[in-house]
Amino acid sequence: MSIDTPTSETMNIVIVGHVDHGKSTLLGRLYADTGSLPEGKLDKIQAICRQQGKEFEYAFLFDAFLEEQEQGITIDTARTFFSWGNRHYIIIDAPGHKEFLKNMVSGAARAEAALLIIDALEGVKEQSKRHGLLLSMLGVKQVTVVVNKMDLVNYREDVFASIEKEYRVFLEQLKVTPQYVIPASAKQGVNIATSSPQTPWYQGPTVLDSLGHFQLETARTEQALRFPIQDVYKFDARRILVGRITAGKLNLGDHLVFSPSNKSANVQTIEAFNIDPSPMHAQAGQSVGITLDEQIFVERGEIASQHASSPLVSTCLRAHVFWLGQRPLTLNQNYLLRLATREVSCQVTAIHRIVDATDLDDIQTESKVQRNEVADITLRTKSPIAFDVYADFEVTGRFVLVDHYDVSGGGIITERVHDEQESLRTEARERDSAWVKGVVGPEERAQHYGHRSAVILFAGSDTTSKAFLARKLEALLVAEGRHAYLLDAENLRRGLDADLSETQATEAVRRYGEVAKLLTDTGLLVISTTNSFNRPTSEVIQTIQTLVNPTNVVTIHMTKEIPLLQEDADLTFAGPENFEDCAHQVIATLKQKGILAESLGTHPEFQYSI
Amino acid sequence: MKHIRQLEDQSVFILREAYKHFDHLAMLWSMGKDSTVLLWLARKAFFGHVPFPLIHIDTSFKIPEMIEYRDRLAREWRLNLVIGQNTAALANGMNHTNGRVECCTALKTNGLKLLMDEKGYTGLILGVRADEESTRAKERYFSPRDKNNEWDFRDQPPELWDQFKTSFPPDTHIRIHPLLDWTEINIWEYIKLEQIPFLENLYLDQGTGSRYRSLGCAPCTTPIQSTAKTVDAIITELRNSNVAERAGRAQDEGRGMELLRKEGYM
Repeated sequence: MSIDTPTSETMNIVIVGHVDHGKSTLLGRLYADTGSLPEGKLDKIQAICRQQGKEFEYAFLFDAFLEEQEQGITIDTARTFFSWGNRHYIIIDAPGHKEFLKNMVSGAARAEAALLIIDALEGVKEQSKRHGLLLSMLGVKQVTVVVNKMDLVNYREDVFASIEKEYRVFLEQLKVTPQYVIPASAKQGVNIATSSPQTPWYQGPTVLDSLGHFQLETARTEQALRFPIQDVYKFDARRILVGRITAGKLNLGDHLVFSPSNKSANVQTIEAFNIDPSPMHAQAGQSVGITLDEQIFVERGEIASQHASSPLVSTCLRAHVFWLGQRPLTLNQNYLLRLATREVSCQVTAIHRIVDATDLDDIQTESKVQRNEVADITLRTKSPIAFDVYADFEVTGRFVLVDHYDVSGGGIITERVHDEQESLRTEARERDSAWVKGVVGPEERAQHYGHRSAVILFAGSDTTSKAFLARKLEALLVAEGRHAYLLDAENLRRGLDADLSETQATEAVRRYGEVAKLLTDTGLLVISTTNSFNRPTSEVIQTIQTLVNPTNVVTIHMTKEIPLLQEDADLTFAGPENFEDCAHQVIATLKQKGILAESLGTHPEFQYSI
Repeated sequence: MKHIRQLEDQSVFILREAYKHFDHLAMLWSMGKDSTVLLWLARKAFFGHVPFPLIHIDTSFKIPEMIEYRDRLAREWRLNLVIGQNTAALANGMNHTNGRVECCTALKTNGLKLLMDEKGYTGLILGVRADEESTRAKERYFSPRDKNNEWDFRDQPPELWDQFKTSFPPDTHIRIHPLLDWTEINIWEYIKLEQIPFLENLYLDQGTGSRYRSLGCAPCTTPIQSTAKTVDAIITELRNSNVAERAGRAQDEGRGMELLRKEGYM
């Protein structure tokens, strides 16, 4: 294109607003008046219009689908490329029809700034407000408002002023201040690329000029480090952790802490292909690969940070969500939550209020969030996740919810909610960060022993032979040459727990968890039943899980009758008769989970590679 | 060159997401400038390795130099090359004289469909760019296709904050488009920056005053008038041109591309 100049800036801008207020027309006009259209494009569209006997509209330039042109509406977001001044723009034309809100959201989620179009004749409409609300939730903080179709109101200043006033009041509630409010007519080309004598009372910039006043977002590199792990590669001798840095900077030699596992190691190298010499640091926005000085087992979904400024960890959080799914968002149903690279099953445990987009009032609530609604909710995840509050960190402070196969909603986190495990988790975190490591790490032990450490818990009702099976398993594992040890809670009672009374069962579980932590750090497979704890099974399992984190806790549920599906158990046995067989099934599960290597020897083979 | 690195970071992120989520993943490589940049980005993302097969749908009408170049890079970069061809249609004498859209559908769209059925790929990485033509401007990075490879552009999934559509019903697949935000100029800027080997004899003027701007089948692709003999000259030429890139591609005339792409064309 003739106006393309060598620059180093790219900015994404979205055009939003109510249906028929002239978004696509404005975009078409912007291109036409700056000579940015490909040769022949205008002629081609004009010829099609003549052929179909309809009036040419600038909107046809980007409404590509036959159906869009026939109905005169934009169905899906279009990316268009435009250069002006010293900047490249990707301008995203979003649909204004309520039915296509998910497409509008897809477009706006990519944008750094927005043009919000309001029809001067129709004034502020439902989607004008809904789009304003969504922009603020999607993190688009820079907004310029264009009051379009001023020709239809004879360019009257009072009409413009009243729309400007009404919309500014609305945006103020969202804590958004528009950069400019511009009176314009896209159809007539008034105040689009050139100022016009039609609006002598307006001294501000044209739409084209206003684009140049949007600021590039650069602040993210100044924040604390957030590096969500995307994958771990072992294509060759290197074991490379890859991901995109979402905030801050990362340097060679940095000490990284991974959340929620609390593992830590130093950055040994920053890997790159076709870059010589290899980089010494990297920063927010970059897709990088690093190796560590210690072989620790870290998986996709963990967030690396510096120790002093780690993300929050909980199973409970409060958030504002917008829902786009065909089926409503419903209390106590399972959804998949995706935050950065982490995926975890979750449920909505409370819907505090539904926000009415048109007046931002609260609607007193119900048990469902309908399509296109915005709500304030509390979420509970199945296992702990690392995250931030959106006001502090953009990328790690937001998430999407997946229903069935589809991304069906998005949310921004407003606060961490303390769950029951909070104090224990903090204890474990502080203990881990101060942990004095020996020379031999857990991965080296696993290579020698042919297994990683784990806690294997037999749970379920009384008289189901839990203890019998636990012993059987211990014997079988040791006979195979594995390092397994049965630690009954009873064994702590008169020693370590001698100072505790009957009422201090919770503390007894905590102590058991800490002992298990020590034993698993030696590389052992710790086996126990939940019999002697005198606390609810789920609480016992959770406490031990929190304290031995990130060591695997494998639970085996035993019942006398027909198996009720135990969602949280890894294995369920109902009234088993052949205990030998059950023990072998447990061993198979341990192999499946990558805890036991298939074979022992100098090169044990794990189903999951280390 | 900061904006080129930003594009690279986004494309690498997308490629790594694709590799993580799809067990049966493949990448289309036409040997043109775009899919070769895509291949290079895969080597970036996976540190010199390309951990999935590269598919070439061979219509048998490609320019011979393209095939030589394909086989040379496949050797040098240790690529797992998979070649698909609609041999039945070719045996029945399909060529562009039967109609361009018909020929593209049979040899490319159906050629790909046949290979997809045979191999069972669930994720397919393609080098399409939003600025190429207007239906591609409306694509998602991760774009679902139904059982018949068809694109339901009226009901595309929401795509926000780099959370892509990676789960899908059986018998459907996802097209992955890491280059969506790149422009034609960006492609050449990147080829220059990274010194990526490309088909110089076709893309650069060899003294005849013409060169190819976009490569397809020999009968349906015409060179443009140009004296650009270097990548720099191409970039300068593009900055000063208003002619659409695919002006030399016959199947783009009229509504051809919307129909082709709905049916599963790249």
